[in-house]
Amino acid sequence: MDKNFAARRRRDLIIAAVLAGLAALAPLFVKDVYVQNILILTLMYAALSQSWNILSGYCGQISLGHALYFGIGAYTTELLFTKFGVLPWFGMLGGGVIAAVIAMGLGYPFFRLRGHYFVIATIVIAEIGLLLFQNWEWAGAAMGITIPIRGDSWLKFQFLRTKLPYFYFALALCCLAWFVTWWLEDSKWGFWWRAVKDNPEAAESLGVVVFNSKMGAAAVSAFLVAIGGAFYAQFLAYIDPESVMGFQFSLLMALPAVLGGIGTLWGPVLGAAILIPMTELTRSYIGGSGRGVDLIVYGALIVAISLALPRGLVSLFSRAKPKGATR
Amino acid sequence: MGLLYGLIAVGLALIFGLMDVTNFAHGEFLMIAMYLSFFLFAFFAIDPLLSAPLVAAALFVFGAVIYLLIVRFAMRAKANAGMVQIFTTFGLAIVMRGLAQYFFTPDYRSIPHSWLGGKTISVSGIFLPEPQLVGALVSIAAFAALYFFIHRTDFGRALEATREDPGAVALVGIDKNRVFAFGWGLGAALVGLAGAIMAVFFYIYPDVGASFALIAYVTVALGGFGSVFGAFAGGIIVGLVEAVTALVLPPSLKSVGIYAVYLLVVFIRPRGLFGSM
Repeated sequence: MDKNFAARRRRDLIIAAVLAGLAALAPLFVKDVYVQNILILTLMYAALSQSWNILSGYCGQISLGHALYFGIGAYTTELLFTKFGVLPWFGMLGGGVIAAVIAMGLGYPFFRLRGHYFVIATIVIAEIGLLLFQNWEWAGAAMGITIPIRGDSWLKFQFLRTKLPYFYFALALCCLAWFVTWWLEDSKWGFWWRAVKDNPEAAESLGVVVFNSKMGAAAVSAFLVAIGGAFYAQFLAYIDPESVMGFQFSLLMALPAVLGGIGTLWGPVLGAAILIPMTELTRSYIGGSGRGVDLIVYGALIVAISLALPRGLVSLFSRAKPKGATR
Repeated sequence: MGLLYGLIAVGLALIFGLMDVTNFAHGEFLMIAMYLSFFLFAFFAIDPLLSAPLVAAALFVFGAVIYLLIVRFAMRAKANAGMVQIFTTFGLAIVMRGLAQYFFTPDYRSIPHSWLGGKTISVSGIFLPEPQLVGALVSIAAFAALYFFIHRTDFGRALEATREDPGAVALVGIDKNRVFAFGWGLGAALVGLAGAIMAVFFYIYPDVGASFALIAYVTVALGGFGSVFGAFAGGIIVGLVEAVTALVLPPSLKSVGIYAVYLLVVFIRPRGLFGSM
């Protein structure tokens, strides 16, 4: 192991701990519910994007269908809760496991596809999921599910009067996703994935089982995204197929990672920290007219950032440092 | 309907398939074309059928300008070019939708009286709606023209060569940007044609493109990237599958059949039916 790399990893861990500590203190200063809401969404998208990044960034299998796993997490939790009274915590884990199993089941045929064919297949499968849920009467069809209010409790993961518990859960999820990425980056899996991304044939010839390593990445990624979906459902207390499984979620998960720096440890967090507040602010300050100005600004910024910084915002920080420590 | 999907898809096939550039704003090109044909009708009372060439010409210019102003730079990206293209064109799509909302408002619009709208024609006892029929004829003609264009003219060869190896074509004196700008213009013009015909029998609103865009991607991929004939065949298959699914399953599930067929095809043939890449 090269020394630079080990030093960088130690430094990353320290920075992450400091940032997480600072974030945990944020609610002491931020009392405004609107701002708290933005912070929660930012943390959630950072976590989702970090999870997406494991499959699409590190392993190079661009998925634009992660909304499927997000929706599965949300629906498993809420169906179990409303129909069978199973606590959301178990539903959350159950949803994660189901999503991971589905991801592997789908991976079996999907990972033979390459390039655009793979990307379109991921979009299509999420769309099929969306349509099926929209027509599934027992699961509320297009009307969705309203989560019954049972009063504030950690047990039921439901809070009406305060947003703080949601904030801390989102923060924990974000830290978990980051830590999993950090840990995997240095594991044999991390090395396999980068090899698979850069050159699958060469990786195969050196004894990396390309197929299995893609499956591993898909399972981890889907599991974490499903947990995020379960959280989102509890947070909104209402879900319908379009609002948890729509194509826009797949893009919203990918966007922070791409703008921040795809396949990097800090890209998703950085991207989410800039993108999500920007989205919310443009929506509430200039979107009120209902005339689409917020869309114009938002879209133009995406175009500008992706053109100006193809490696993502993290490239602004790493320019001064010696390049390619991880490669 | 299949042939109309085909017509939307050919434009995309040209941009996505032949030039290997991801264009997530294709549906928005369609939306712009539909609005153009609506306004030409509303202000100048030009029937959509007559204005179709005008709309196609306008879209040609629009497509070429978009390429020169934006996409050209997205293609130059050295790192993860695929993602840069996806998100640049996606951002562009959002801007176009926002602009449409700003200038045209989110209201649903339609062209009430046109030469073709609402009329049917009887072919040996089967009633066919005229707009769809004309759409089908136009799309067959467009396919034939494009097929000829790509395979029989110098420009078509230049386009293919430029995708294969931009460096080498530069050596023989072909300007990559000019070729691709022309290709983008042509792709946009084709979708403009589709938009002009569809404006007759579809509601027009800022998000209208999104619903057709995904089907267009599936159509192109089903037929296989790099093949004009593939996109044509893909369009017909998609139209048929949709019609059959609508008979068997509730109408809200009709797209499921299309998606399932796509998955089935690529699992068996990972390069699409007639794909070369």
